[in-house]
Amino acid sequence: MNIALLTALWLLAGASWAQSDAVPAFKEIDSIEARVQGCATCHGQSGQGTNNGYYPRIAGKPAGYLYNQLVAFRDGTRRYPPMNYLVAYLPDSYLREIAAHFAKQRPPFSAKETSVPNPTATARGQVLATAGDPKNGIPACISCHGAGLTGMEPGIPGLVGLRPAYIVAQLTRWRVGDRHAAEPDCMKRIATRLSDADVTAVAAWLSQQTAPKDSSPESSNVIRMPLACGSQR
Amino acid sequence: MNRRSLALRIILAVIVLGAVAVGVIAWMLPGALPKSSIARAPDATTQAINRGEYLARAGDCVACHTTANGKAFAGGRPMPTPFGALFVPNITPDDETGIGKWNADEFYRMMHTGVSRDGTLLYPAMPFASYTKVTRIDSDAIYAYLMSVTPVKQLNRPHELKFPFNNRDLLLGWRTLYFKEGEFVPDAKQSADWNRGAYLVQGLGHCAMCHTAINALGGSSESKAFEGGMIPNQNWYAPSLTSNREAGLGNWEIKDIADLLQVGVSHRGTTYGPMAEVVYNSLQYLSDKDVSAMAVYLKALPQRDSEVLATSQTRLVSPGVMQTGQKVYAAQCAMCHGDDGKGMPPALPPLAGNQSITMSSPVNSIRMVLNGGYAPGTKKNPRPHGMPPFNHILNDEEVAAVVTYIRVAWNNSGTPVTPAQANELRKVLPE
Repeated sequence: MNIALLTALWLLAGASWAQSDAVPAFKEIDSIEARVQGCATCHGQSGQGTNNGYYPRIAGKPAGYLYNQLVAFRDGTRRYPPMNYLVAYLPDSYLREIAAHFAKQRPPFSAKETSVPNPTATARGQVLATAGDPKNGIPACISCHGAGLTGMEPGIPGLVGLRPAYIVAQLTRWRVGDRHAAEPDCMKRIATRLSDADVTAVAAWLSQQTAPKDSSPESSNVIRMPLACGSQR
Repeated sequence: MNRRSLALRIILAVIVLGAVAVGVIAWMLPGALPKSSIARAPDATTQAINRGEYLARAGDCVACHTTANGKAFAGGRPMPTPFGALFVPNITPDDETGIGKWNADEFYRMMHTGVSRDGTLLYPAMPFASYTKVTRIDSDAIYAYLMSVTPVKQLNRPHELKFPFNNRDLLLGWRTLYFKEGEFVPDAKQSADWNRGAYLVQGLGHCAMCHTAINALGGSSESKAFEGGMIPNQNWYAPSLTSNREAGLGNWEIKDIADLLQVGVSHRGTTYGPMAEVVYNSLQYLSDKDVSAMAVYLKALPQRDSEVLATSQTRLVSPGVMQTGQKVYAAQCAMCHGDDGKGMPPALPPLAGNQSITMSSPVNSIRMVLNGGYAPGTKKNPRPHGMPPFNHILNDEEVAAVVTYIRVAWNNSGTPVTPAQANELRKVLPE
């Protein structure tokens, strides 16, 4: 087989994969896979995310976190109209099932965005994520989101695999009071201590990280958390 | 008495007391109580409250009188209208901020005539033009129920209506034109089911609020009853219930109509958007008998269009558009709705022969392609299937082409739509 043919096959496989992840597909009509097709074009068939950098990877995030978000979207306490609309009339039990479904998924991580990270900013991002900024009362991301950034049961999301556009948007929403978590809202306390430059820096560094082999969230309370968080109760 | 025998006596006393205590506790435990041989029937008040709760569901009071995530019936929900924003009042029995001081007569007068306790005229966003059909006994039951819910102290927010609509005197004119007071009068020539259905549809169900077009004055005329129209400020089209070319139900089975109303999905179509909200908050809680009565009445509504059903309008579509539409359909839609457009009902609705696809307004179909949607999760269908959004995948030309395709394929009798129509709805936030 010559190299040109191999390249053509690889391109073809790549193209069909990229397409198949945004297209509705399932085997059994009476299955949770078929029922969550409403999520597929934005979050991917297994919650791995799609080409669009804004829609987050949801696969493998703790079920408690995903459930809290679904309820918040339904009840309007987290605002994003396309999501608010989709889940507006779904009962708790079903949202719990959808959350559990995506929490179980372990699809491969998509390729990282090939942005050109600014070395100074990336260095600041790394410091914030791994050591924090104690002078300004900012704990390290890893102290709650896990050493491998895979999150913590039951309510703290993994950050690995998220793209900068999404991370920046969420931190900004927290800073301006547009996104909340259960009180005491630890993320609010942290986000409001970050500068614009910090937000960009930490998002850039986080988005460049590679997931550990086991991308499952850490179990609850194995470590003392630096701030009280309502979503862990 | 020596010390030893005193100690013995104390110990004995403690043992005896302990035994008595154990006996008393055992006797007090619910399981130890003699079982009542007859189940106690709820008293008249409890019965009225239970009936009132059911009727309040039928009237969907909670949907408007509760904010997202707010306390039930405490009001405050903004209701955007073409005339400005109304803020729905608190109807919990709080004395200062709710309806705690109202009596049953005042409540009935409000339901029946649209006049508040203090004599102010209500804006017709409160569907008193429908609730006027509600009987006194049902109004009293709803009153009893509302008085039984937890009072919430929450001040009503003043309306933000534009001039001149902020002047309530204008309502006198509106009432003269569009309001006819009067309880429902059964039609002796019709069946009991038809009459019960008519009572629920015309009265508490207040279906006419959306399914009868409202005009520039915010009124709807009786001659156009249930002929359909755009829902102001929601950008969904409420189809005509009297035209077999829209949501007219003349050729539906009673079971399919009842399923659509109560389950949210049926073999003929699925509810999304504002109708999904009605099913979720109201209709899923109604009894099979009542829903079936509504179906009987809706099916029997007089059909107003005498036109023969049009056949496929494919000839109106340029071949290029048809080709694009078919290509998009095959890639994105056929997996669920099938190459033949038959879907897998009731989970995945059919598109072939689906009146909501072919009706004159393409608004709902375009919105579904852009924003997707989930049928409501109901008692009989708690885990509905959902359709994903294609907003970010298809451009205006592709949306228009695929909607055009489903409107004319399989002998569907719809007409083509334009990219401009798709673009218009793309700017609207989904709700």
